[in-house]
Amino acid sequence: VNQAAGTFDEVRDLYQAIILDHGRNPRHHRRLEVFDGHASGDNPMCGDRIAVWLRRDPAGRIADLGFEARGCAICVASGSLMSELCRGHDAAEVHALSDAARKLARQGHASASEPWLADALEKLAPLSGVADYPSRVKCATLAWHALEAALRPGDTQHGGKVSTE
Amino acid sequence: MSDALPAAGFDVAAIRAQFPILGETVRGKPLVFLDSAASAQKPRAVIDAMSGAMEHSYANVHRGLHWMSERATDAYEACRDGAQLLLNAPTREEIVIVRNTTEGINLLAHSFGALLKAGDAVVISALEHHANIVPWQMLRDRAGIELRVAPITDAGELDFPAYEALLQDGRVKLVAIAHMSNVLGTVLPAARIVASAHAHGAKVLLDGSQAVVHRRIDVQALDADFYVWTGHKLYGPTGIGILYGKRALLDAMPPFMGGGDMISSVSFAESKWAETPHKFEAGTPPIIEGIGLKAAIDWFLALDHAGMEAHEARLTEHAIARLSAIEGVRVLGAAQDRGGVVPFTLANAHAHDVATLLDRAGIAVRAGHHCAQPLMGRLGIDSSARASFAAYTTLAEVDFLANTLERVRGFFK
Repeated sequence: VNQAAGTFDEVRDLYQAIILDHGRNPRHHRRLEVFDGHASGDNPMCGDRIAVWLRRDPAGRIADLGFEARGCAICVASGSLMSELCRGHDAAEVHALSDAARKLARQGHASASEPWLADALEKLAPLSGVADYPSRVKCATLAWHALEAALRPGDTQHGGKVSTE
Repeated sequence: MSDALPAAGFDVAAIRAQFPILGETVRGKPLVFLDSAASAQKPRAVIDAMSGAMEHSYANVHRGLHWMSERATDAYEACRDGAQLLLNAPTREEIVIVRNTTEGINLLAHSFGALLKAGDAVVISALEHHANIVPWQMLRDRAGIELRVAPITDAGELDFPAYEALLQDGRVKLVAIAHMSNVLGTVLPAARIVASAHAHGAKVLLDGSQAVVHRRIDVQALDADFYVWTGHKLYGPTGIGILYGKRALLDAMPPFMGGGDMISSVSFAESKWAETPHKFEAGTPPIIEGIGLKAAIDWFLALDHAGMEAHEARLTEHAIARLSAIEGVRVLGAAQDRGGVVPFTLANAHAHDVATLLDRAGIAVRAGHHCAQPLMGRLGIDSSARASFAAYTTLAEVDFLANTLERVRGFFK
């Protein structure tokens, strides 16, 4: 029996070191005590769940963003990368980032019209591997769907609910 | 994986030779199909019966006055006889052909549910599939019945005293419960469950989706009032399932869906229902699937069942021993009586990640909540991976799973 621990070279495109790291040690994996945007999302087919809280500064830029996820490494890592990349951006920029991130997960590539977005996409590049695993694309996009819902004005007390279905 | 070890005279290699798909490769690796509890693969006999029907004897059934329709009707109706034989049902009229287990349970929730009134209660258990939870919640919400949930023990067995306590006030009219858990593999004590229910005036529906594949079922010995299962888990086609019901109960129930095939006469003033079981079978039935299911039942009944049960028990025992020995692996459930279903979790890795890596090695397992979210909550987990076995599963495949899982553990360590 070959115990050559965890070679599986064939899945390194999906489970890149950055994904494994963020999946194991997600950044900003906490709920915010003070927030002005909140939403939760789930993937009913597989059971992944995520909740996102965000707080904006007076200029409308994201000052803080926290999330809690129960899901696979891809789902948690996607939320963690998202939490790092949204800070300092206003709603329009976050929408652009969110669109690009989901495109990246679905198609394996996305284009950026501005330098900051190009930088962000470079940091999100490890998510692009998921495009070759159709059944796992939703794992990567769930956090971004929840973020979009959290940005929508509405009942901030209870938050919106989204689903990948 | 053709190096199957024969178990107690059960010739797995001969079984495997009848399943064309088992010769397929997955990304260049031999297919190791350990997801039969979700849906079983199909033997050549089923494939040939279905394509043969389309090539040689297809027409709509129950209505044609022509030769081809009569021939198709006979071939299709034979699946009712097959199901009667499989379940040892007293008569063929007690076999209702449905689309799947889910539809069978919805049929009962609608038509048996129509006989219930506010204040009546239905009992389910903590280890039900969503298919045996949601229809009863819908009935509860529209008819004002009470839905009671019999708990399970930490071992994953029915908490029998707690179950009996739920029956005491005499308000329970139906117990709807799995015969075998699709998650834990627990085989429930069906005959005792039925006897207790009857002693308290309740009827019993057994969800036999899993049990019918792994045990010989005798609805008369069990004294089950209703027994439901689906064709595709029993090596047959999708789109067809069977609901057995005692004749007097089926006769007392109103129809489920309205339409052609379920009536004896129609005018704009009123329609009269056909006799049981046809009053529950509206519309053109699954003709090709019925013919396929008959072939699956014939194929299944011809197996050496004692040998198959011994083989599956050996696979299950071996899988539990091998997987439990891996650091970080937790095998769920510890029921005394369990079928060939082995759910497990791996520390530091989500079930989906485990399944993706196993898939890359050619191994198909289920991962997720297994359509049993309340049970996942009871077990204190969100999801698990699940290996499930069939007559064609080999010990070598179980070993390959364990060896590969060792590598998966190393990957996520």
